[in-house]
Amino acid sequence: MGLTSQSTGVNALKEMLDIQLSSSDDIIVALAGNPNTGKSTVFNSLTGLNQHTGNWTGKTVTTAQGNYKYRDENFILVDLPGTYSLLSNSIEEEVARDFICFGNPNATVVVTDATCLERNLNLVLQILEMTDKVVVCVNLMDEAKRKKIRIDLKRLSELLGVPVIGTSARSGEGLEELMDAVYKVSHNEITTKPIRIQYDDDIENTIQYIEEKIKKSVDNKINSRWVSLKLIDGDMSIIDSINKYIGIDLSNITNNETKLGLAEVSSTPLSEVLSTSNDLAYGDLRDRIVSSIVKLAENISHQVVNSQRQKHNELDRKIDNILTSKAFGIPTMIALLGIIFWITIVGANVPSDAIAYVLFGIEDKLTYLFTTYNLPNWLHGALVLGVYRTLAWVVSVMLPPMAIFFPLFTLLEDLGYLPRIAFNLDNFFKKACAHGKQALTMCMGFGCNAAGVIGCRIIDSPRERLIAIITNFFVPCNGRFPILIAVTTIFIAGAVSGPMQSVIATLSITLVIILGVIMTLLVSKILSKTILKGLPSSFTLELPPYRKPQVGRIIVRSIFDRTIFVLGRAVIVAAPAGLIIWLMANVNISGISLLDHSAGFLQPFANLLGMDGYILMAFILGLPANEIVMPIIIMSYMATGTMIELENLEALRSLLISNGWTWLTAINVMLFCLMHFPCATTLLTIKKETKSWKWTFVSFLVPTIAGITLTFTFTQIVRLLGLA
Amino acid sequence: MEGTKIPLHLIPCGKSARVKELTSSGNLRRRMLDLGLVIDTVVESLRKSPSGDPIAYEIRGAVIALRSEEASKILVELI
Ligand SMILES: Nc1nc2c(ncn2[C@@H]2O[C@H](COP(=O)(O)OP(=O)(O)OP(=O)(O)O)[C@@H](O)[C@H]2O)c(=O)[nH]1
Ligand SMILES: [Mg+2]
Repeated sequence: MGLTSQSTGVNALKEMLDIQLSSSDDIIVALAGNPNTGKSTVFNSLTGLNQHTGNWTGKTVTTAQGNYKYRDENFILVDLPGTYSLLSNSIEEEVARDFICFGNPNATVVVTDATCLERNLNLVLQILEMTDKVVVCVNLMDEAKRKKIRIDLKRLSELLGVPVIGTSARSGEGLEELMDAVYKVSHNEITTKPIRIQYDDDIENTIQYIEEKIKKSVDNKINSRWVSLKLIDGDMSIIDSINKYIGIDLSNITNNETKLGLAEVSSTPLSEVLSTSNDLAYGDLRDRIVSSIVKLAENISHQVVNSQRQKHNELDRKIDNILTSKAFGIPTMIALLGIIFWITIVGANVPSDAIAYVLFGIEDKLTYLFTTYNLPNWLHGALVLGVYRTLAWVVSVMLPPMAIFFPLFTLLEDLGYLPRIAFNLDNFFKKACAHGKQALTMCMGFGCNAAGVIGCRIIDSPRERLIAIITNFFVPCNGRFPILIAVTTIFIAGAVSGPMQSVIATLSITLVIILGVIMTLLVSKILSKTILKGLPSSFTLELPPYRKPQVGRIIVRSIFDRTIFVLGRAVIVAAPAGLIIWLMANVNISGISLLDHSAGFLQPFANLLGMDGYILMAFILGLPANEIVMPIIIMSYMATGTMIELENLEALRSLLISNGWTWLTAINVMLFCLMHFPCATTLLTIKKETKSWKWTFVSFLVPTIAGITLTFTFTQIVRLLGLA
Repeated sequence: MEGTKIPLHLIPCGKSARVKELTSSGNLRRRMLDLGLVIDTVVESLRKSPSGDPIAYEIRGAVIALRSEEASKILVELI
């Protein structure tokens, strides 16, 4: 009986983590470790996959799996979220713990940071309490060397009783040895003798007492010493997990039972133990358990690490003295963003023009083909003027800024700058009653709001996590960013000439982003005072050492990834959208095209917001992907017949002006681009993350209301003052 | 100052102190322990963020920023 429930339980866990075994001979290897130690980098180098890495804590929030072959065997590698400990006070810790404990991995690799070994050993020791099949990977050896930290790996292996391998995952050094050790441990070619943590007498006695009680039911399926320790520790979630995954019900070993055990073996009178609330009874014990582990880690680290401690972080500290200083912290942050925008704007111009030139050249060729073969006009219209043209616009206007902005931003991420942003801005978030890590999820939103929403998992408190999810859309993602750039460059900056153009464009985009951050804070505050009342919860933010970014890899990967991603989305979304627009422009009802009907319907409302019906319609049709908003606007104007040929970006400006755009329209489009309903992908992600239509709807409504309110107020004021 | 317990966030930047007591409870206490903040751990106050809060500390070789709410629940002795 035990066996069947065991296997179903394990299957449940495997399913939860979506582990796919190609055959039952596959060897499962769990990859655990503190955050930011290079687990994903190890994972990528071994599997050749492309899990996101970044120099900040909590980059990986979901588990990923991949496989590699070694000595003709298939190893399934599972990249677990990084945790400081497995004493389970967050979901990630529970996922990691349950997988190591109940997922029956054939081996667990604990990735540690050579430059910060002592703290990392904490987790290693905790994992060694759960399982013997462990390989310790001391990663970032290259950085340790640079910082003149020497580690006696052999001694460390002797002390821990398991294989210890030094690696530099980024350059691939040591990975061969790591695979070898994993092979040997999983095949029992090496028998490990993990170090056992010795606790004080009270605890040891209680462990014994409880171990006796549970030994029979637990039967060798799980380390009974470890379970006893967890029970003493007051960690009741372990009982649920044991029941869920191996079908053993320990709930009769209740709170009181462990308390009884405590009373029996310690000097505390029984009545006192039983009458104290959980926290008090266990508080002190927990401290003692953790202290024993921490002290042991300290002890081991002293024996194996040799460094001139004071020196090695000098440079980091000097850099931080500037980047997070009172006087320069926030100005440098804005300046850095500004520089990135400027490079993007200036850099995107040339490829944009070049791509447009090529693509619209092809359009002429296509048209020529259609006429030569006498194909019907409507087919030419639908396919060339509809589908192809929209695609061409998406690629030429949207792709270049995305392909430039993304790697630049990733560069900052790899350097380790994002946690500094969170550090600088934290006080504002605290005042908004929001979580300090919301600054990090906000930054992720720059890449993609859907990714930002998933990233909100690093926030434990459900209330603050919801706030972070709802407000994530206030930073423009990589898909909306080019809209801002397009509007500023062809419109606002186009009004001046010369080199000042790019400066003005940069300034206005920076202002828009700052406005987005202010809105994030403001809306967070409003939410905290209304539907999501509460106080900010505790948080700790790690400031990792600055690391040299892998410039080459970033550029290749993000341009390659982005290009494929954008093209893929363009084909999926823009092509049908182009077709729809063309159809709408060419299907007439009582002499007026469907396009004009719809735009006319939206016109009165759009006018209140300082825009026109076509723009609003473009935003609505852009729901599947905001990348197509600008192309749709352009297509609609062209379809209305004012201009048929549009071969360079200069001509765009006249197109917009001839359709009644003023500076007020441009600003409103930018404001509305910053604040409207999230794209479909983001909304679906929100639904998945919150498991609630209600909060998805709120996330839809909040930025939309903000956008409408802002554009409306701005437009009315400007019109009242007679400025436009 | 020797021997008096003060909250961690009050120690001046650049100074080190020894942890003497954690006054927090529950999850927060656990999280502090997970960072290695057990009794007698030496912590150095590194720098304040631009608005003065949070403050970054060096704890067992890692740099961790704590808001004053959390740091005030860690009592230390200056060394
Ligand atoms: N110099 C150097 N950098 C490394 C090495 N391994 C990883 N890194 C860098 O360290 C940073 C963190 O790596 P990740 O692989 O994202 O770390 P992780 O453990 O998956 O982090 P979480 O997902 O947050 O738990 C990245 O910037 C990597 O490029 C290494 O061996 N040497
Ligand atoms: Mg990772």
